[in-house]
Amino acid sequence: MEPFSTHTGVGVPLRRSNVDTDQIIPAVYLKRVARTGFEDGLFAAWRSDPSFVLNQEPYRAGSVLVAGPDFGTGSSREHAVWALKDYGFRVVLSSRFADIFRGNSGKQGLVAGQLAPEDVEQLWKLLEQTPGVEVTVDLEARTVVCGSFSAPFAVDDYTRWRLMEGLDDVDMTLRSADAIDAFEAARPSYKPTTLPALS
Amino acid sequence: MGRTLAEKVWDAHVVRQGAVGEPDLLYIDLHLLHEVTSPQAFEGLRLSGRPVRRPDLTIATEDHNVPTLDVDKPIADLTSRTQVDTLRRNCAEFGVRLHSLGDAEQGIVHVVGPQLGLTQPGLTVVCGDSHTSTHGAFGALAFGIGTSEVEHVLATQTLPLAPFKTMAITVVGDLPVGTTSKDVILAVIAKIGTGGGQGYVLEYRGPAIEALSMEARMTICNMSIEAGARAGMIAPDATTFEYLRGRAHAPQGQDWDDAVAWWSSLRTDDDAVFDAEVVLDAADLEPFVTWGTNPGQGLPLSGSVPDPAQIADAGERASAERALEYMALTPGTPLREIAVDTVFIGSCTNGRIEDLRSVAEVVAGRQKADSVRVLVVPGSARVRLQAEAEGLDRVFLDFGAEWRGAGCSMCLGMNPDQLTPGERAASTSNRNFEGRQGKGGRTHLVSPLVAAATAIRGTLSSPADLVAPVPA
Repeated sequence: MEPFSTHTGVGVPLRRSNVDTDQIIPAVYLKRVARTGFEDGLFAAWRSDPSFVLNQEPYRAGSVLVAGPDFGTGSSREHAVWALKDYGFRVVLSSRFADIFRGNSGKQGLVAGQLAPEDVEQLWKLLEQTPGVEVTVDLEARTVVCGSFSAPFAVDDYTRWRLMEGLDDVDMTLRSADAIDAFEAARPSYKPTTLPALS
Repeated sequence: MGRTLAEKVWDAHVVRQGAVGEPDLLYIDLHLLHEVTSPQAFEGLRLSGRPVRRPDLTIATEDHNVPTLDVDKPIADLTSRTQVDTLRRNCAEFGVRLHSLGDAEQGIVHVVGPQLGLTQPGLTVVCGDSHTSTHGAFGALAFGIGTSEVEHVLATQTLPLAPFKTMAITVVGDLPVGTTSKDVILAVIAKIGTGGGQGYVLEYRGPAIEALSMEARMTICNMSIEAGARAGMIAPDATTFEYLRGRAHAPQGQDWDDAVAWWSSLRTDDDAVFDAEVVLDAADLEPFVTWGTNPGQGLPLSGSVPDPAQIADAGERASAERALEYMALTPGTPLREIAVDTVFIGSCTNGRIEDLRSVAEVVAGRQKADSVRVLVVPGSARVRLQAEAEGLDRVFLDFGAEWRGAGCSMCLGMNPDQLTPGERAASTSNRNFEGRQGKGGRTHLVSPLVAAATAIRGTLSSPADLVAPVPA
């Protein structure tokens, strides 16, 4: 995973709440077996509407998405994060994220920063007043800056550290291989196994 | 201080305690796989040269993409076929047990695990699917994960996880006749909202929960994610043990006795404290249906489409306005007058044998409304076989319904079972999101009993609305 420190890019106001992962990428776009190429599925139903924000210049080139509360609810599909990243987003800001979406973002280097609802509202106004205005997201300082506007956002310490270091979770866990071996050795015999297959 | 059920199961799986602010490393007892969220995880293993650490704690099935017609023929949709073939290749290469289309144990992953007896109290269960919360009905800590986490579990049989908070959902009183566990969970979600459970493990408890069958409990835990909670749990009891006894992978002999002794300890201690608590009286509940485009936008069937102008919160008002526009509904319309085009009975929420029996009981000897198509999709091939052994397939066919093969089907419309733009459905599934069941499709979430009565009358209905007696 590529380390993340700061990012500056065009902010996109998405004035909707409860943007579930079926909206971020509908199920029919989940049939690929590769990890890339999901950008066409991003907000697929809404992108057929010419008035949708990503169909307007200069938002089309956006990389910082500012959305309403409960972003990423519903299905656990990590494809939602892949689609956002494949499109070019590096950061999503919202006043509340669904747990699984936030976890998936952290694994893939997409910053999911939690802003106060009034700061989301303020950012929306700025991004709509000056379409194409850039937003700077500083992960180390946990601040978002847009012109004279500045606000803190929340990302938990552990996720922030992993994002900044670009660390691979599996490598980190395998450093505890001895502890995993010891745990397995003590598991009771009544716990089920899938093999041999019984039915 | 005492511990809650969720905390007890968590504590029993900590491989390595995290420092303050860091996650614990948790052992995973059972990992369920399907074709949609696993290909990139297996590819990751291949690229890093890692094996599946515990194939014997892993099981896969084909469910999201599979057709429910012509299941003995190659899958017609080429991208779906590629995804299913990829799962077959990956399972063969990495030694993972797979139940493919045509196999008696194939079906929706959350129906298959319990019916094989693999889902047991006190386990940690994960799957790259948010409805993994279903397995919490057994007192397991079960939650959905993303594909990066699927790869992590395949490689290490563990997950780094930050501790959850706990919320008690206590349901007192008795459920009225005709009101089901689906109505309970829809009422819970309407009460706490789609974000109300975020960061929590929900524990459903109280007399109304204890009275439920295992299948009804699974329906409730299944939709915990729709309240924003990754997991929902119910303490195991005699009902749980009876369900498990004799199943293929249930413990036997001394192991059974040892297991029951441990399972019996998996109850929230009397002096344990939840971080939050919600209380509902079952006696106040009635059949519940959704009118909007998230599962929290629901009301009792006796209600009317709400007027957004009367919603105080600006965000919720805007959301309701958008939802009514998408759903093509007018404020004030009685919910019972909403006519549907399709009734879908199935999914990991309500595709089990009990669900099919309850529908059959309502529709037996009747005819569906002419204007409605009715799909009955069993949750697994085993459920289908059981239903056929009981003659339920004949009841559905005589009623005018379609009797299909097993899979996720119209719940998410990845296979050909989809709504067309503008088509309206009453669905026993779990999500009424825009386009969920097909682009432009409109979904009302309902219980199996409401689905059955709606299929007869053509408008959202409960069995109590069926006045005409069935001719002998």
